[in-house]
Amino acid sequence: MNALPESLADLEPRVRRILSRWGHDPTGLVQVLREVQEEFGCLPRPALALIARLLRIPYSRVTGVASFYSFLVVDPHGAYRVLFSDNITDRMAGSERLMEAMCHRLWVEPGKVSEDGLVSVGRTSCTGMCDQGPALLVNGRAIPALTSERVEQICELVLARTPLAEWPDEFFVVQDHVRRADILLGHGLKPGDAIRAALQRGARGWSEHAANERSWREAYVGAAQGPIATLEEIKRSNLRGRGGAGFTTGIKWEACRHATGLARYVVCNADEGEPGTFKDRVLLASHADLVFDGMTVAAYAIGAGHGFLYLRGEYRHLLDSLEATLERRREANLLGNGICGQAGFDFDIRIHVGAGSYVCGEESALIESLEGKRGVPRNRPPYPVTHGYRQQPTIVNNVETLCAAALIAVHGGDWYRSLGTLKSSGTKILSVAGDVARPGLYEYPFGVPVGQVLEDAGATSTQAVQISGPSGVCIDATEFHRRIAFEDLPTAGAFTVFNASRDMFEVARNYAQFFAHESCGFCTPCRVGTSMLVAAMDKIHAGNGTQQELREMNRLNRVLLMSAHCGLGHTACNPILDTMKRFRPAYERKLRSLDFTPAFDLDGALDRARQMTGRDDPGAHLETHP
Amino acid sequence: MSERPTFQLDGEEVPFEPGQTVMQAALAAGRYIPHLCYHPEFTPHGSCKVCTAKINGRMMAACTTPAESATEVESNTEELNELRRTLVQMLFAEGNHFCPSCEKSGDCVLQALGYDLGVMTAGFRHLFPDRPVDASHPELLLDFNRCILCELCVRAAREVDGKHVFSLAGRGLTKHLIVNAESGRLVDTDVAVTDKAVSVCPVGVILRKRVGFATPIGERRYDHSPISAQALDDAPRPLERHHD
Repeated sequence: MNALPESLADLEPRVRRILSRWGHDPTGLVQVLREVQEEFGCLPRPALALIARLLRIPYSRVTGVASFYSFLVVDPHGAYRVLFSDNITDRMAGSERLMEAMCHRLWVEPGKVSEDGLVSVGRTSCTGMCDQGPALLVNGRAIPALTSERVEQICELVLARTPLAEWPDEFFVVQDHVRRADILLGHGLKPGDAIRAALQRGARGWSEHAANERSWREAYVGAAQGPIATLEEIKRSNLRGRGGAGFTTGIKWEACRHATGLARYVVCNADEGEPGTFKDRVLLASHADLVFDGMTVAAYAIGAGHGFLYLRGEYRHLLDSLEATLERRREANLLGNGICGQAGFDFDIRIHVGAGSYVCGEESALIESLEGKRGVPRNRPPYPVTHGYRQQPTIVNNVETLCAAALIAVHGGDWYRSLGTLKSSGTKILSVAGDVARPGLYEYPFGVPVGQVLEDAGATSTQAVQISGPSGVCIDATEFHRRIAFEDLPTAGAFTVFNASRDMFEVARNYAQFFAHESCGFCTPCRVGTSMLVAAMDKIHAGNGTQQELREMNRLNRVLLMSAHCGLGHTACNPILDTMKRFRPAYERKLRSLDFTPAFDLDGALDRARQMTGRDDPGAHLETHP
Repeated sequence: MSERPTFQLDGEEVPFEPGQTVMQAALAAGRYIPHLCYHPEFTPHGSCKVCTAKINGRMMAACTTPAESATEVESNTEELNELRRTLVQMLFAEGNHFCPSCEKSGDCVLQALGYDLGVMTAGFRHLFPDRPVDASHPELLLDFNRCILCELCVRAAREVDGKHVFSLAGRGLTKHLIVNAESGRLVDTDVAVTDKAVSVCPVGVILRKRVGFATPIGERRYDHSPISAQALDDAPRPLERHHD
C-alpha cells in the first residue's frame, strides 16, 4: 500500500485486475471497492464509473455502496487518513489529548483534510484494541498502544511523506494478552483434529447402513451416522451463540440442514464491532485453525460447500496470515475436495473484509454486505437459515461459537455440557478492559461472578461494569455478585470496567455517539432517534440540559424499542437508561435547575466571529456565563 | 363460500389470502392502518415504521409482516398512534419542511398523516440539514429538503419503469437520495417525465416544473377529506370487486 497519491494513468488495467480477482461478480462489490481503495488511497470517481460499467450495474449503486461504509472514501482524504479509535476505553487512556496533539502538530482540523492535501485526522468506532489503547488506524492499518512519543513519531513520518510500508514494524505489533485460558484458549488441538473427529464419529455404524452412504449431504442417514452424529453432539452440548443473541447453535444448524435450497453456506461472523470486545481478534490471530476447523465441522454437519469469513475492516492486519492459513489447509486437504479423504466432502472458505460498519455484525446485514450491497438488515422472516446468502440456507455463527463447535466435535456434547451452568454450557471468553491492572482475555466457565473477574483483572474501587458493550447492560457495585451466564448477565464478551473517578454520564454520551454514527439509516426511529439522543446528551454536556432532556430521552427510548428495525435501534438507549437509573446524580448535577433553559447560547454565537478575527480576549466575549 | 383464514384486527375479523401481508389484507378488507412508505403497487420494505402494529404482542411493521391465521393485531390504539405521531414529528424535524410555501401542500402524504394523527407541535428540535436542490432537468425539479427517504421513487423506478434513476447513498443521518449519473445531476439520467417514479413521490421532492399551484390550496386531495378516509382508494380491493 503506497500512502502517496499516484497517477491514475494506468487506472483501467489495475481496476480490471481487481475485478477479475472477484470474478466480475457484483456480489464482490464491497471487496472490489476496498481493494481499489487500497490501490489508489481513495476511490477515484473514474474507477467507480469503470466498475459500474464492467459489472453492468448502475453507477448510483456503486456510489450508494461506497458511501455506506465509513472506511471507503470517494473524495481524496489526504495521502494519510488517520482515524483514532473512539471507544470510551480509548478516551479513558487519553486518546482525545493525543488526537488534539496530532491535529496541532499537523495543522489540521479534526475530520478535515489538511490544506496541502497530505493528511486527515478523524475518529472511528472502537477498533478492538481496548486492551492496548489508545489506538488508531492509518490508511486502515492498526497502531495500538499510542503514547505522546509515538504520536510525535507518526507526525514526523507523515510530514516526511514516508510510505506506510516503510514505517517501523514495531508500530503495528498487536499483543494477544491472554490472561486466563480454559478449554478454548488452551485447546491444544492440531489443525484438522476436529474434522477428523467428526468424520470418525460419523463413521461409527456407518458400514451397517451402507445403503445410506449415497448422500450424506441430504440427511438420509440415521441419527448415529455421518453428519447427523456431529449435529447431535452440537445439540447435546446445548451450545449457544457467542455473538450476543444466544441462539441455540444445534437448532440453527439443524434448521439449515433441513431447509431446501440449491446450496448451503457457512458464514463466520468476525465483524466484532461491539465496543469493548476484542476476543475474536485474538482467536483469529492465534487460533485461526481452530476457527476454520469449526467452520468445516459446521459445513460437514449442515452439508455446505462454501464458507465465508467476514472479517471486520479494523482487523485488516490479520488478512494476510488468515489467507496463508487457508492456503496451508488446502495443501493439507483440510479444505477443498474430498476433505480428509472423505469422498464428496467438498468445502472451501473465502474471506470478505468489512469496511467500517457495526451494523454488518447483524447477520442479515452481514449477508447483504457479502452480496456486495449496503449493509442494511433484512426483513425477517424469512431467516438466514432458510433464505440467507443468495437466498439459500445459511448459518451465521460467531468466531467463538465455531471454535466451541470444534471442541465439541473432538470431546463430545456431554463433556461440553458438564462445564458452565445448567442453561449456559461451556466457557465464555471475556474481553476485559478499562480500569483494570491487567486488561486482556479471560476465559471462564459460565457462571463466574462479576466480582471474581474484577479481582482477577486487578480492578480497584470499581464504580461500574459495562457488560457486553453499549448494547448490553451497565451494572454498579451492588450487582457484582451477579453471574456471567445467559440466565443472569448474557454477554457477547465485552467487560468494560469504570473506577470511581469516571463520569458515567460521559460514558453514556460516548455510547450514544457510537450508535448514531453506526445507524444504517434504514428506519426512521433509529436514523433520527439516535441523533436526537446525541443532541440531548450534548445539550446536557454543554450545561444547558433540563428535565426536558431527560423526558425526551425516555420518549425516544420508547420509540426505538417499539419500532426500530433491528437490534441496534432497540438497544441504542440502553447505556443512557442504565446509567440514568444507577448513576442519576451524574446527570442531575449537569442539569440547569430550571425546568426549561433556552439552548441558544448568546456568547457561543459569537464564536465564528472570534475565529474569523483571531480574537479570544475578554472583550470578545459576552458576560453571560458565570 | 370457501373458508378463508382470518386474523383479528382491533377485535374484528380480517380475512386474508396466503402470502398477503397484514397491511395488504387489512386494506383489501377496507381497514386502514396508517402508513407512509408502503404503496400497494411496489414491494413493501418497512422503513418508515408508521404502520407498526402489535402483532401477537410483538411490535412489527404491518406492511412487511406476513398475515397468519388466528393472530391478534392491534393497530388503532393510543400507544401506537402516539408512536406514529412521534415518527411523523421525527420526519418533520429531520428535513426542511415549510408547508405554507410547498407546492405539495394539500397533496402531501406526510402533512396529511400529521393532520390525521393529530400532530400539533414540532416535538423535536429541527435539524435543518443542508440539502441543495437539483434544478438541472428542464422539466423536473428535485427538492431534497423534503425527502423522507421512503424509497418509493427508488422502487417505482426499479419495479415499474425498469430503470435505476434514483438510489440511496450515505448512512445514518447522512443517508440521502441520489440519481444515477456520474455528474450527480438529474438531467444526465434517463428519467422521463412520464415515469412512475416521478409521480409517486408522497412529499414535495420530485416536482414538475411550470405546473406549480395549478390546483389552488384548499382544493387539493387532502383538503377534502383526511388521508384515513382516502387511503383505501389506492389499495386493490379484491373483496369489493368480488361483490360487484
